Amino acid sequence: MEAGIGTAVGTAVTTLAGPVAAQAISRESTGLTVRLKVNGTEHDLALDPRTTLLDALREHLHLTGSKKGCDHGQCGACTALVNGRRINSCLTLAVMHAGDEVTTIEGLGTPEKLHPMQAAFVKHDGYQCGYCTPGQICSAVAVLQEIEAGIPSYVTEDLTAAPQRTEAELRERMSGNICRCGAYSNIVEAITEVAGRPA
Amino acid sequence: MRPFTYERAASPAEAAAAAARNPGARFIAGGTNLLDLMKLQIETPSHLIDVNGLALDRIEPTPEGGLRIGALVRNTDLAADARVRRDYGVLSRALLAGASGQLRNKATTAGNMLQRTRCPYFYDTSQPCNKRQPGSGCAAIGGFSRQLAVIGGSEACIATHPSDMAVAMRALDAVVETVRPDGTTRSIPIAEFHRLPGETPHVETVLEPGELITAVTLPPPAGGVQIYRKVRDRASYAFALVSVAAVVQRDGTARVALGGVAHKPWRVEAAEAEIPRGAKAVTAAMLDGAKPTHDNAFKLRLVERTLGAVLAEAKG
Ligand SMILES: Cc1cc2nc3c(=O)[nH]c(=O)nc-3n(C[C@H](O)[C@H](O)[C@H](O)COP(=O)(O)OP(=O)(O)OC[C@H]3O[C@@H](n4cnc5c(N)ncnc54)[C@H](O)[C@@H]3O)c2cc1C
Ligand code: SF4
Ligand code: FES
Ligand code: FES
Repeated sequence: MEAGIGTAVGTAVTTLAGPVAAQAISRESTGLTVRLKVNGTEHDLALDPRTTLLDALREHLHLTGSKKGCDHGQCGACTALVNGRRINSCLTLAVMHAGDEVTTIEGLGTPEKLHPMQAAFVKHDGYQCGYCTPGQICSAVAVLQEIEAGIPSYVTEDLTAAPQRTEAELRERMSGNICRCGAYSNIVEAITEVAGRPA
Repeated sequence: MRPFTYERAASPAEAAAAAARNPGARFIAGGTNLLDLMKLQIETPSHLIDVNGLALDRIEPTPEGGLRIGALVRNTDLAADARVRRDYGVLSRALLAGASGQLRNKATTAGNMLQRTRCPYFYDTSQPCNKRQPGSGCAAIGGFSRQLAVIGGSEACIATHPSDMAVAMRALDAVVETVRPDGTTRSIPIAEFHRLPGETPHVETVLEPGELITAVTLPPPAGGVQIYRKVRDRASYAFALVSVAAVVQRDGTARVALGGVAHKPWRVEAAEAEIPRGAKAVTAAMLDGAKPTHDNAFKLRLVERTLGAVLAEAKG
């Protein structure tokens, strides 16, 4: 247990490991304390266990970059990086991430110091309304890391060879991020530019 | 979402015991299916037992020469494992055909095996559904049934099992390992793991209350050409209309399992003797007794053609 998860706010923190801890948690499902490290800063949050990671980010930490599109894992607007891996933050509970390191769009770069992927989206106009964009960018950053790590995809022809940064690979790997404005071709151009740079 | 209490289990046996003590309890692994259903109040657990910390996230060789895949191994990590890519390609391919990169990073081996149907009426709480609410009826029979089962269904339910991974596991003869609340363990061949709907479509597997999956074991590599072919309404990020998992040997023998046609991954070992006579004969034997609806009768031809394409691809 890296982080304290306990009963209602202000009461003693219990070690959440077994039946005793289970009984210690109130039936009203209020007030678990959970420590999250978000964009490098630690936060102790008192949360209803029902709180998704997305709602903890948006409603409790006021990091509204991550968007809620569908709230059911279908659109990718809520994509964030947890311990470096992209996930749908709407389909996971904040209390399941005690001690984890979360990176949101706000942590990738700032308006003054854009992440290369953010800069490429701006340059290539990889959006229209911008609602899906934070999720697209977080996902795209992870996609390039996944290819680098040799993780295959549905379109990888030879499973035993290292996957390449082809357009077909980028498109398939980005399929969990829906853009209602249909900015796909510019999104692919932006990612392709970053992918083409020497690592 | 209904309120629930939350605990982290300390060991597999304790997780199973805790689940047995709390009749309203559910295990939560990746959460990508359970939380989706909890938000819609289709699943309403009063207690969640988080099994993510149980160190069941390793893939290890077995003494027999196979692989033991921990229940908590993520779909991404299983698909990317060098041994799986080399020796169990059909499994890698099936995993990569499912969901999205984000979802596969969270989804676990056990959770994938136990994911629930995508029948549209199961998801629509204003409709009768025997699986969601036993005894309420089945809105799919006589309703919009394009995606639903063509074989093995019942008067009570014609839902399909949506997993791609499980279809490959069926072709590979995987075995599900579990621990029960009393601490005893058992091994369940995948052929016996999922149930047909019968009168009780809400009972989807042979797992007992509180029984926890600890691993899924693969026998030694089957060799051959391994193919997973999935047919869906768009090129990516959609559930299968039908899918074929095949392990085809040089001598022309093969193992074949189908997805998208039944309440469980569908394999008929006896039908595999028909392989030399081609896809039409194999399909006829595999889908003998099929009862398609008006909406999904196309799946019979689709299986035949998909299997034909798979067998042709295997010949090279
Ligand atoms: C938009 C979307 C698209 C998808 N597309 C596809 C697709 O194309 N193909 C496909 O195959 N899947 C698809 N999926 C489903 C996805 O694969 C499943 O949600 C995932 O595999 C479930 O795994 P999990 O670990 O998140 O399970 P959870 O949600 O954590 O659990 C699922 C069930 O398993 C039980 N459980 C979990 N672990 C254990 C254990 N160790 N022992 C006993 N019980 C356990 C839980 O209690 C729960 O009932 C899609 C999902 C979404 C949201
Ligand atoms: S087919 Fe099964 S899951 Fe679908 S409505 Fe009928 S009972 Fe429910
Ligand atoms: S809001 Fe999470 S995937 Fe749509
Ligand atoms: S830019 Fe509008 S949804 Fe993608």
